[in-house]
Amino acid sequence: MTADPNDPKPAKPPVDDVTGIETTGHSWDGIEELNSPLPRWWLWTFYATVIWGIAYTVAYPAWPMIDRATTGILGYSTRAEVAADIAAFEDATAELSAQLARADLTALEPDDPLHRYAVSSGAAVFRTNCSQCHGSGAAGARGYPNLLDDDWLWGGTVEQIAYTVRHGIRNEQDPDARWSQMPAYRDLLTPDEIAQTVEYVVSLSDRPHETAQAAQGAEIFADQCSACHGEAGTGMREMGAPNLTDAIWLYGGDREALTATIANARFGVMPPWGPPRLSEAQVQAVAAYVHQLGGGEASEASDVPAN
Amino acid sequence: MTDAPQTPALFAPREPIFPRRVTGPFRRLKWWIMGVTLGIYYLLPWLRWDRGPNLPDQAVLADLAGRRFFFFWIEIWPHEFYFIAGLLIMAGLGLFLFTSALGRVWCGYTCPQTVWTDLFILVERWIEGDRNARLRLWKAPWDARKWRLRITKWAVWLLIAVATGGAWVFYFTDAPRLAVDLVTGQAASVAYASIGVLTATTFIFGGFMREQVCNYMCPWPRIQATMMDADTITVAYRDWRGEPRGKHRKGARAAATTGTATAYDTGQANALPKDAATANLGDCIDCMACVNVCPAGIDIRDGQQMECITCALCIDACDEVMDKIGKPRGLIDYLALSDAPRERAGQPPIPVWKHVLRPRTLLYTAMWGAIGLGLMFALFIRSDIELTVSPVRNPTFVTQSDGSIRNIYDVRLRNKSGDDRDFRMSLTADTPLRIDLQGSETLSVNVPADSTKLQRVYVTARPQDPAATRDRTPLRLWVEDTETGDRASSSTTFNGKATP
Repeated sequence: MTADPNDPKPAKPPVDDVTGIETTGHSWDGIEELNSPLPRWWLWTFYATVIWGIAYTVAYPAWPMIDRATTGILGYSTRAEVAADIAAFEDATAELSAQLARADLTALEPDDPLHRYAVSSGAAVFRTNCSQCHGSGAAGARGYPNLLDDDWLWGGTVEQIAYTVRHGIRNEQDPDARWSQMPAYRDLLTPDEIAQTVEYVVSLSDRPHETAQAAQGAEIFADQCSACHGEAGTGMREMGAPNLTDAIWLYGGDREALTATIANARFGVMPPWGPPRLSEAQVQAVAAYVHQLGGGEASEASDVPAN
Repeated sequence: MTDAPQTPALFAPREPIFPRRVTGPFRRLKWWIMGVTLGIYYLLPWLRWDRGPNLPDQAVLADLAGRRFFFFWIEIWPHEFYFIAGLLIMAGLGLFLFTSALGRVWCGYTCPQTVWTDLFILVERWIEGDRNARLRLWKAPWDARKWRLRITKWAVWLLIAVATGGAWVFYFTDAPRLAVDLVTGQAASVAYASIGVLTATTFIFGGFMREQVCNYMCPWPRIQATMMDADTITVAYRDWRGEPRGKHRKGARAAATTGTATAYDTGQANALPKDAATANLGDCIDCMACVNVCPAGIDIRDGQQMECITCALCIDACDEVMDKIGKPRGLIDYLALSDAPRERAGQPPIPVWKHVLRPRTLLYTAMWGAIGLGLMFALFIRSDIELTVSPVRNPTFVTQSDGSIRNIYDVRLRNKSGDDRDFRMSLTADTPLRIDLQGSETLSVNVPADSTKLQRVYVTARPQDPAATRDRTPLRLWVEDTETGDRASSSTTFNGKATP
């Protein structure tokens, strides 16, 4: 004990006998606290971080102002860095993209590097632009076709898919969009006639049905529906008319859904994705991607539509 | 304010250690171990091993960029990391085993810190002389001679350090090519950085920090304390034979010497009870040889110490002295502490094998061996081909226009051989299912050498097949190497369109 801890104003700072270091003057039951100086390395590190901190806020964006932060004299921004990264990536793939935009998709072998580039970049295009309706797994939903199966309304060759992507379906923006319109039969047929037609359509896919009703429906079908859906109900791709004899129903195949379809008609719309929305290379890429999902059809010369 | 008469020091500066040269069987063993371990470390990357045209020809290579580890005839892929994990567990158990049986033999003989420090001390002795010369030099003023010797020593140390850091990077890429790249300045910056860091650590740890690394940085000495028990064979001083110590005078211990020699022949020298009538002094002549050779700077006669790495150099030093004064060897010796009371009482010690073979060491050996055998087994049964199956669950199934149900699987086919191979895929299930490959008319797929191929596989159930309407159907996908007939398989499930 060198200083009386109760003395409010010791003349000199009290010093610990054992270590020779000043104490803070605080005493708890005789236990005193050394006022050891900070280690020099610690102090210098601390000063260095202060200097670094000031330099950093001058050089880089830091202080929040009214509507933006100070920009810093180096002019750095993360947004510009991302833009530069994107530009660098596009530069790096410019050659491949240009090749892809010109490429004949039907002639690409699966192992062709250009095809691999098309599929992997097409997957990215699909996730960004198509998955909202067709689903991230391309399985579609009611009213949005499943792209994994072997049933295609407008054709499943790679050029037909590319055409559909480029121009879309039943939209006003693109004069080349695929177009057809089913009439709403509630004004043309009586509810009984609609029910008979429904029964016939159910019979087309070999499901249990009422034979008498279906026979009456067959006549209505031949008059009203076969122009687009075909005599046998197998559909017509030129009109985007679905095959009614298979197991796939875009809007549902039960009697209730079929009644609603015949009474009110359906009018599925897909926007045109060709330039300027997507680049020509992106259209080609997403077509190649969708084509290899599982249902793509082999091309025949006569299928190739004029762009 | 009065100064206390004694101020306890809160900081103790390092006492410089100048280990003296020593000869003997343990020193010879340590030279051999140093030669072998350093030889392996420096030269192994340069060993070639022919693996064919598609694979690197370096015998030991951790190819980080290509994600492969090559060890002679073994090639490890990233998903086989359990081999490395198993070896690390074996290394750990091996350390437990050796520590519980023989104390800190790892520290004393094979630890890189010990080996490189030993090498650095050797260089120091060649350049600056033995212990006394180094002591004098340390105290001498910084004149031209001291600068010359110091700079020469540091330069040689630095060369060794650069070689050490340099050898390390050769394990990670083709050594001859990297050597050229390093010299021409074209190697990756990470190579230079690794060399720089390891050069610095080797130079500082081996040259200047030495035993401080063991005392202050390494956790192993603390862990080892829990591995050792009274049966562990360790370096110790037979105080019952040595004490009371005193200066040697010719003839003073003559009678004892005669008696000891007889007892030595019967193998009981160390248990010999002292006869107060023949000599007042013990065998220790307090020559400080054991202290002067110690690289840890301790006195083994003070008993077991945390700093002791059991390098056994004090045994060599003491045996030399005992030979000179005509006393039996083994005043400082490898012994089990549980023998101390027996030897003190004049009984012979328990045989070494009884100390070593005890439940603890047997258990460590059994565990070590079991893991080793397991790894060997895994190594020999593993195939050159492998597949992993990720079922596509978005969507779980696809209805085709004819009503059949299709499931999609992403299959990764691994060809671990050095040649391109054709794999044929098939499936087995207890109900009919068809398999098709994306983008292929056949069921055959070519996988390039030493690579993985992602292949999309379609499995289809016709509408009338049970799998089409069953919730889940187990199936197994097979892949067969058409050339060698090797097969591999993986089980998965098929999701049907369950009718509610």
